[in-house]
Amino acid sequence: MQRTYEIMFIVRPDILDEDLDKLIAGLEGNITQGGGSIKSLEKLGRRKLAYTVKKFNDGNYVLLTINADGSLVGEIERRLRVSEPVIKFISVRMDEEEKRVAKIKAIRATRKKLSAQPAAAVAAPAPVEAAPAPSPAAEAASA
Amino acid sequence: MADETSTPSAPSTSRPEGSASSGPSGPGGRPPAGRPSGPGGGGRKFFRRKKVCKFCVEKIDAIHYRDVRLLQQFVAERGKIVPRRLTGVCTTHQRGLARAIKQARNIALLPFAARY
Repeated sequence: MQRTYEIMFIVRPDILDEDLDKLIAGLEGNITQGGGSIKSLEKLGRRKLAYTVKKFNDGNYVLLTINADGSLVGEIERRLRVSEPVIKFISVRMDEEEKRVAKIKAIRATRKKLSAQPAAAVAAPAPVEAAPAPSPAAEAASA
Repeated sequence: MADETSTPSAPSTSRPEGSASSGPSGPGGRPPAGRPSGPGGGGRKFFRRKKVCKFCVEKIDAIHYRDVRLLQQFVAERGKIVPRRLTGVCTTHQRGLARAIKQARNIALLPFAARY
C-alpha cells in the first residue's frame, strides 16, 4: 500500500556538492527501483544544528517527499543508517495528516458557502471558484 | 430527567448574573459571593485578557515540524514545551504541537535542552 512519507536527513557539512548530488541520486534510484515514486526533493541547504551531532554543529538538510510502501521506507531508513555522510534522519508519514487537513478545509469551504448565500445570491459562481482554490493552497502548505 | 437538565442550567444562567452584580458591589463589601466564580471580579488591577488558541484563531491546520519559527514560540528558553495553561493553546492543538516539537528535536531543528 502506497503512502506519502516525508524523509528529512542531515548530511555532514564537509561533504562536496557533487558527492551530495551523487548520494541523493543513489537514494532516488533506490526509491524508484523499490516501487516508490518521488513527489518532491528539496535541498534546504546548510543550517546550524540545535545541538551537536557526531561532533558537527551544522549540516546540510535535505527533504524528500515520496510515495512508497512501508517496507520500502524501512529499507531507505536502513540505507540512511549505514551511509556514512548522513548524520541524522527522520521519516514521517504524511497521508493521514494531509487527509485531516483536507477535511477541515472542505468543511470550512462549505461553511463559507452557507454564510455567503444570503449575503450575495448573485455571486453564485464565486463559491465554485473558491472551492478548488483551497486544494492548491493545501498542497502549498504541506509541501 | 427534565429536572436534571434544568438544574444545571439554572446555576449556569444565574452565575453570570451573580458575577455581574458582584462586579459593581464587590468593592461595597460582599466579597465571598462573587469571588469564586469571577477571577476578574476580584480586583480590577488583575484583569487578565482571555487567552485564545493561536492555531484556532489564525486557522493554522497543520502543525508541521519544519516551521521552526512557529514552534519556537511554544518552546521556553531552555527548550521546554510551554504548558497549555500559559499559552492558551487548545487541547487538540497542544497535542499536535507537542508532537511537532518532539519531531523537530529529533532532527536537530530544536534543542532538547538549550545550553546557557
